[in-house]
Amino acid sequence: MTAELGHIALIVALGLSFLLAAIPMLGSYQNNLLWMRSGRSLATGVFVFVGLAYACLTISFMESDFSVAYVATTSNSMLPWYYKFSAVWGGHEGSFLLWVLMLAGWTFTVACLSRSLPMVMVARVLSVLGFLCIGFLLFMLLTSNPFDRLLPDTPSEGRDLNPLLQDPAFIFHPPVLYMGYVGLSVNFAFAIAALLSGRLDSAWARWSRPWATAAWAFLTLGIALGSWWAYYELGWGGWWFWDPVENASFMPWLVSTALIHSLAVTEKRGVFKSWTILLAIFAFSLSLLGTFLVRSGVITSVHAFATDPERGVFILGFLALVVGGSLTIYALKAPTMRAVATFGWMSREMFLLLNNMLLMVIMLTVLLGTLYPLIADAMGLGRISVGPPFFNAFFVPLVLALSFLLGIGSISQWKKSKGERLANFLWLPAVAAILMGFAVAFMYGDSFHWKGWLCAALGFWVITVSLRDWWHKANAKRGSTFSQLFNMNASFYAMMCAHVGMGLTVIGGGLSSIYSVQSDVRIVPGDSVSVGAYEFTFEGTEGVRGPNYVADRAQVVVSRDGQEVATLGPEKRRYFSGGNMMTEAAVDSSIGRDLYMAMGEHLGEGAWAVRVYVKPFIMWIWLGCLMMGFGGFIAVADKRYRRLKVLRPEAEALNPA
Amino acid sequence: MPMHPVRKQRLMIVLFIVVFSSVAIGLMAFALSKNINLFYPPSKLVNGEAPEGVNIRAGGCVVPGSVRRSETDLAVRFSITDGSADMPVQYTGILPDLFSEGEAAVVNGQVQNGVFMAEQVLAKHDENYTPPEVAEAMANASAETGTSHQASCEGMDMSGNKKY
Repeated sequence: MTAELGHIALIVALGLSFLLAAIPMLGSYQNNLLWMRSGRSLATGVFVFVGLAYACLTISFMESDFSVAYVATTSNSMLPWYYKFSAVWGGHEGSFLLWVLMLAGWTFTVACLSRSLPMVMVARVLSVLGFLCIGFLLFMLLTSNPFDRLLPDTPSEGRDLNPLLQDPAFIFHPPVLYMGYVGLSVNFAFAIAALLSGRLDSAWARWSRPWATAAWAFLTLGIALGSWWAYYELGWGGWWFWDPVENASFMPWLVSTALIHSLAVTEKRGVFKSWTILLAIFAFSLSLLGTFLVRSGVITSVHAFATDPERGVFILGFLALVVGGSLTIYALKAPTMRAVATFGWMSREMFLLLNNMLLMVIMLTVLLGTLYPLIADAMGLGRISVGPPFFNAFFVPLVLALSFLLGIGSISQWKKSKGERLANFLWLPAVAAILMGFAVAFMYGDSFHWKGWLCAALGFWVITVSLRDWWHKANAKRGSTFSQLFNMNASFYAMMCAHVGMGLTVIGGGLSSIYSVQSDVRIVPGDSVSVGAYEFTFEGTEGVRGPNYVADRAQVVVSRDGQEVATLGPEKRRYFSGGNMMTEAAVDSSIGRDLYMAMGEHLGEGAWAVRVYVKPFIMWIWLGCLMMGFGGFIAVADKRYRRLKVLRPEAEALNPA
Repeated sequence: MPMHPVRKQRLMIVLFIVVFSSVAIGLMAFALSKNINLFYPPSKLVNGEAPEGVNIRAGGCVVPGSVRRSETDLAVRFSITDGSADMPVQYTGILPDLFSEGEAAVVNGQVQNGVFMAEQVLAKHDENYTPPEVAEAMANASAETGTSHQASCEGMDMSGNKKY
């Protein structure tokens, strides 16, 4: 019964989505306040019914109801309860339901938190979101219903959740990532509503900003979690593989990073209006493209779901409709939006424009590298793949350029900055960053490595400029500088936090790539292997038993200069269901370096193939991402987004501008 | 007639964007042409259709009984097949968890003297997944030889139809 209830709830949600897409939108053109107001109740209805469906699926998982086909393929009665709970998003159908739940959730949140917006705007935004709900719910009901039954041949046991996914990070990574992915739909809806109204002023930008920032912050954390997970779970020691699915989440991130910066310019200075709109459309389109790449089976990837061409065709059609439709509206309406303000060559606007261009070029390289194999295949040029060297060749210099400009841009002024002032401001952070770069470059590695120096110096540059700016702003205020340091508005802390995070990520990514040392060796108990300054001694293996697997766990003692610094226990697991082998790497993390060990195959007579790494600064990557995401949430919490209420919004609704 | 400053600035920015993005796209196309790895099925490799000393990608099923580990280090040899030809592969390092005989694998590396020197070995990541390149290569090979292989590797070694 539970599954049928869930199925019915989805159908009801679809019906309500149709109403949501139509009634408030019509109301906004007919000036019918009642119709427009219905948007909030309908949005709540969609959320409640999708939530109900989701709850039903979760119950089926908790009860291990293997008559539900999806449960039978992604769960197993031996799974611990928390993996049963999260196995709901362990396959295509359920993860898509989670996706739709997030969309309904964001729609509901917009309905709740839009009291200060004009009713026309709210109605149109909710209708656009309702339209997206229709697309995704139809997709689910027509091609990937998670509630399909396996009757009458109900299996007595489920096939199990892929062992790769049986990890605590799996509980957090997909929901957080989807929050970000789907959150971009809100900005898309705001952009379309703005185009329809022709209303694209700084008030509009101020309404959009917290949504864009929130989605971006979730996306940042989601991607970082995924990268950290891949690092310790896959046993390859890498943290970014330029895998098509990683790229699929990274492209919307790049565009939404551009978007939050461009929105700032639109709000403060009233320029870049149509560009901002275009970015909002692109960001969401790329998140749809990502869905297509992951779920149509067109690519080979660790994330790819089992394939079904019908699904690919549906998403591609929906993608074409959304992109084509929104760009048509854009083409018709955007020329009416004119910026009147002008700005100098050395202005904050100009640096933000450069930031946007660099981010877009990075996005285009990633897009090209990701799609080229598909295009070549479709054109009959053969099966090809594009390797990481292509991506790195562009990504690394462009990110370094971005960091360099970030330093200057973040302290420049709107409209016009004097070069002299910038120089006065920046020489100290520049000198500090250069010296810190040298310190790091000489501390690590056998010889001076200019690339290491450059990455470290530019990363520190972003940080030192932010700190200099903080000090300067506090100094300029009345009262003691020290107490003023803690008396800035939230937006400033948010920006500083995110920029310092970016600096840390640049340092971590650059240095861990350059100074990592790796060794793949055959090892027998009692042997030791030296990697960098560390000596890893393999003492042997012991058998351990988990809830649904047995494992060989190695005992490894790591020492440096004869001093024991860590013990590692990497495992080789065999899961009972399916007999899958899984590597569980052991990592000893600290702020300066990670010691990493993963077991390969058992080579017989106690000998094992093992992979050992020493990776300096790698934690800084995720620490930086955490700060970026945290910065985003501080920005969303800024009071000023809630202070500016439109007086009597209902009255304005009757007289739209 | 002098241009309006707003328009002039807009023109400059547009020109800058056009030049900047043309250069970027040109560089991208160049870098892309240097970094693509073509996929070859074993039958083409054995026929010598793949260039030697160039990074390429190959894939097929690991021939049962072909995996030979070195006694002293991490060197390993095995053969991959698409059902009509076997290609020997040499690799040094750790094989992925789901690598095993009779299963699909994809290798990246170069052909040298008729042996595929792999720098990377990728196995399928769950039991029900065959990389599309491999499935296609298997299907093509069976279409050419007229045998009825299934596109999955299990189908091949279960059938006992060891034509290779």
